[in-house]
Amino acid sequence: MLNSVLVANRGEIARRVIATARRLGIRAVAVYSEADEELPFVAEADEAVLIGPPPPAKSYLDSGAVLAAARRTGAAAIHPGYGFLSENPQFARRVLAEGLTWVGPPPEAIEQMGDKINARNLMAQAGVPVAAGTTEPVTSADAALAEAARIGYPVMVKAAAGGGGIGMSVVRDPDGLRAAFETARTRAERFFGDPAILLERYIERARHVEVQILGLADGRVIALGERDCSVQRRHQKVAEETPSPGVGAALRARMLAAAVRAGAAVGYRGAGTVECLVDPAAGDFVFLEMNTRLQVEHPVTELVTGIDLVEQQFRIAAGEDVSFDAAAVQPRGHALELRVYAEDPVRFLPSPGTITRWEEPVGAGVRVDAGYAAGNQVTPFYDPLLAKLCVHGPDRDQALARAREAVAAFRIVGPRTNLPFHADLLASEEFSSGDYDTSIVARLRP
Amino acid sequence: MAEVRAEMVANVWKVVAAEGAEVSDGDTLVILESMKMEIPVLAEGSGTLTRLHVAEGDVVQEGDLIAVIE
Repeated sequence: MLNSVLVANRGEIARRVIATARRLGIRAVAVYSEADEELPFVAEADEAVLIGPPPPAKSYLDSGAVLAAARRTGAAAIHPGYGFLSENPQFARRVLAEGLTWVGPPPEAIEQMGDKINARNLMAQAGVPVAAGTTEPVTSADAALAEAARIGYPVMVKAAAGGGGIGMSVVRDPDGLRAAFETARTRAERFFGDPAILLERYIERARHVEVQILGLADGRVIALGERDCSVQRRHQKVAEETPSPGVGAALRARMLAAAVRAGAAVGYRGAGTVECLVDPAAGDFVFLEMNTRLQVEHPVTELVTGIDLVEQQFRIAAGEDVSFDAAAVQPRGHALELRVYAEDPVRFLPSPGTITRWEEPVGAGVRVDAGYAAGNQVTPFYDPLLAKLCVHGPDRDQALARAREAVAAFRIVGPRTNLPFHADLLASEEFSSGDYDTSIVARLRP
Repeated sequence: MAEVRAEMVANVWKVVAAEGAEVSDGDTLVILESMKMEIPVLAEGSGTLTRLHVAEGDVVQEGDLIAVIE
């Protein structure tokens, strides 16, 4: 097993990775920016290194500073968490070139999946269904109009190098497309340094369902069930659950098999997620993208399988077998994750501030992955995720009942949070019925 | 005279309007960024943008003056 790991991330995910590292006897090194000095993940690591000022480009995205911290502390491995440097193939290569263990997939797999146009083309070749769309970067509004006419409206406009819903939009006619194309291009350039745009047929009333895969040290790829991530605002996930209420046994089997083919096609190792859109009306699915890292919502899979996914990442990175029998994984019960964001619960606008009171819910089946505690400052420099409130129950109804109680018991005073939104979501007929799609938030907050 | 103030702690990403310009109700004056989200600051009323208090890269606190329209 690895003897030490540097966690190149912050907040709840750094804390969560550090917890498993320490449980396994792996020395955990945290890195932090000047804005994060007081956060729990810094205190809970065996060692912590200040790597720069608050803006991400000067700290968590500064690969030189992260690698210098690894050298200084003698860390043997780097776990990138999600976001920041996690899907940066150049960074992964530098880590490997320094003789460190990269707790992630091969850089080539990150690269192949990072360009969404390339990933779509590759998946189609591997026999994974993809939506009608562009096979090359769209470079002008005129080209976009011609492609959209071929694909058919409505279409989704996206950055090929994108993520986090930035610059994404749905357009229903040529006028809308011109504006959306320019917006997407500007944002793609700004956030991802790459203006390449792709268009894809938009599926109405779709569910966003993803499959957790693990590429094992011996080269096999396995699938550990799906997560339904259809509750989204601004194309960003707010709540997730497993199993998906919209996926039956036959569709699940096809999706899991396709996700395994997707991973195998790029020689995947470690934890990854194959995101799909499910058309419940047609009982069918298409590949959306692959996230070549640990996913924010991985705890719901952990709750129903009893598998610690971070432990498996460490084992696979060290060339070892996973801790469970891959042929005998049997998910049990139902799990939900509610993302607690520092934002107002109506318009979902950011709400930084000082946390004066923080009381987490406790109880059977309740797990809270929190990045903050009372006294901490929530700054405007990073994403608004404060904590992930996760619940497990023997079935969906009981999981929902536990979630309602847990939301009511979670007290955060200081920044405004979206907990009242979660209470409304859990009380809504649409979510309770399980028959919902990616527009549910727009219907709850018209 | 109308004062436009910041609704939250944020970084000033882009200054869209120039001091001295004529602006109309709803025009974007400045784009703030907080928690990886862009937040446009709009003119509340029409008139001349007599003062613009922020520059790109500034950090504004909740309630800080951004612009004055007369």
